[in-house]
Amino acid sequence: MSAPEVIRRHSLPVRIWHWLNALALLLLLMSGLQIFNAYPRLHWGQYGADFDPAWLELKKWPGWLTIPNYPNLADGRRWHFFFAWLFVLNGIAYALWTILSGHLTRDLAPTRADWRGFGRSVIDHIRLKHPTGEAAKRYNVLQKLAYLLTLFLLLPMMLATGLTMSPGMNAAFPWLLDLFGGRASARSLHFISAGLIVGFVAVHLIEVVLAGPVNEVRSMITGRYVVPREPDQ
Amino acid sequence: MSLITRRAALVTGAGLLLAGCEQLNNSPSFRRVLAAAEGLTHTTQRLLLAGQPLAREFTKADLSPSFRSNGTQHPNTDAYWADLRSGFRNWRLRVDGLVDHPLELSLPELRRLPSRTQITRHDCVEGWSAIGQWTGAPLALLLKAAGVQKEARYVVFHCADNIGQTGTPAGDYYESIEMADAWHPQTILAYAMNGSLLPVSHGFPLRLRVERFLGYKHAKYVTRIEVVKSFASINGGKGGFWEDHGYEWYAGI
Repeated sequence: MSAPEVIRRHSLPVRIWHWLNALALLLLLMSGLQIFNAYPRLHWGQYGADFDPAWLELKKWPGWLTIPNYPNLADGRRWHFFFAWLFVLNGIAYALWTILSGHLTRDLAPTRADWRGFGRSVIDHIRLKHPTGEAAKRYNVLQKLAYLLTLFLLLPMMLATGLTMSPGMNAAFPWLLDLFGGRASARSLHFISAGLIVGFVAVHLIEVVLAGPVNEVRSMITGRYVVPREPDQ
Repeated sequence: MSLITRRAALVTGAGLLLAGCEQLNNSPSFRRVLAAAEGLTHTTQRLLLAGQPLAREFTKADLSPSFRSNGTQHPNTDAYWADLRSGFRNWRLRVDGLVDHPLELSLPELRRLPSRTQITRHDCVEGWSAIGQWTGAPLALLLKAAGVQKEARYVVFHCADNIGQTGTPAGDYYESIEMADAWHPQTILAYAMNGSLLPVSHGFPLRLRVERFLGYKHAKYVTRIEVVKSFASINGGKGGFWEDHGYEWYAGI
C-alpha cells in the first residue's frame, strides 16, 4: 500500500479568518444573549415595547450562556461591540481576499458538474457518505452552497440588521429601516439570523466529526490534510 | 485519545473559557481594550453623520399607542416636590458655564420661544423602542442667546431626579452631549408630548430630546444646562449617570 497522500487543504488567510471569526461569533452570541435578556421580547415593525404585541417572548437565557455570566447589560454591550468590530474587519479582509485571490471562483462557486451531481450529493449526505480521493480535495456542492449562503447572506445580514438597531446609523442610512421594515423588525431578524448561524455551526461541527475530526481540525490549523483513500474496487 | 478524556477536555475547555471571560471582564486592562471599540464606533459614526442628517420623522399614524417610561417615574427630591406644590412658579432653567450671557428662563418664557414638533422613535438601551411626538424649544436657540464661548466642547444637563439609593449627589441624574449634537435642529428641550403637557414620568416640566442617540441620553427633569470644556470633574466624571455605571458615553448604537 502506498503512503497516504497529504495536501495543503486550507490557505493561511482562510485559516486565520476562520479562527478569528469563530472566536468573534461565539463571543457575539454569548454577549448578544446578555443584551437580549434586558428585553426578551421580539416585535415586527418600526417600534415595540411592553404594551405592544410581541411575536416571541422568551425566558431569560441562563447565565452560563451569557457574557458576563450575571445580568450586566453595560458589560454585555462592551463585549458585543468590541467583537462586532473584530467580526467586521476580519470579514472585510476575508471577503476582499476571497474575491481577489480567486478563492471564490476556484473553490466556492459551484461548477456545472457540481450542479449535475446535486442529487447524488444529497443522497451521499443522507447516507453520511464522505468523498474520498480526488473528490475529497474539493468542496462538494451542498458544502459550497452552505458556505456561500452563510458567507454572503447570513453574516452580512447579521451586520446589517445590527446596524439597523443603531439610531445613529438610521440617520446616516435611513434606507436600512426600509430594507428591514423598521427597527423592531431588524431586531427580530438579527435574532433569527443568529439562530440560523447557530444551526449552520451545528451542522458544520457534525460534519467535521463525521469526516474525521483530527484530520479536519488539523487541516484548519496547519493546513495539512490526509486525503481519504478511495475504497478498494 | 479516549472518549472520556476527550469529553473531560471539552468540559474543562468550556469551563476555562467561561472562567476566562469572567476574569477578563474584571481585568482593568482588558476593559480598556474592550472600551477601544467605543472610540472606533464614535469616530466612524461622526464621519458618517458629518452632514448632520435628521433622524427619521414619523406621522401621527405611527405613534406608539402607549409609550413606556423608564428610569425615574417621579423625582423624589424635596426641591421637585416644592416646585410641584407651587405649580413651578419659581422654577427656572439655568443656562451657564462657558457662555457670555448666562440665562434664567421660566416655563412660560420657554413656551413662548419658537418651537419645533417632531415625531421620532425612542430607542432604549434595553432593546425596546417607542414612537412619540415631542414639542419644545430648540437647544440651539438658547445656546445662541447665551453666546457659547470658543473652548466649549460639551453641553451638560443637570436634572432634578436622584436615582441612587442613598440620595447622595452620586445618584443625581445628568447627561452630556457634544457641541455638534447640541446645535442639531432636532435637539430640543421638550415641554409637550403627543400634543399635551409632558407627563411627570416622561420628565415634566422639561426633558432633552437628542434624536440619533439611545434613551439614556434624553435627560428628563432638566433644571440646568452647563456648557463645559470637560466633564471630568462632574460626579463620576464619565459624562452621565449611566456612563458612571459602565455604559458608553457615545450612545449612537
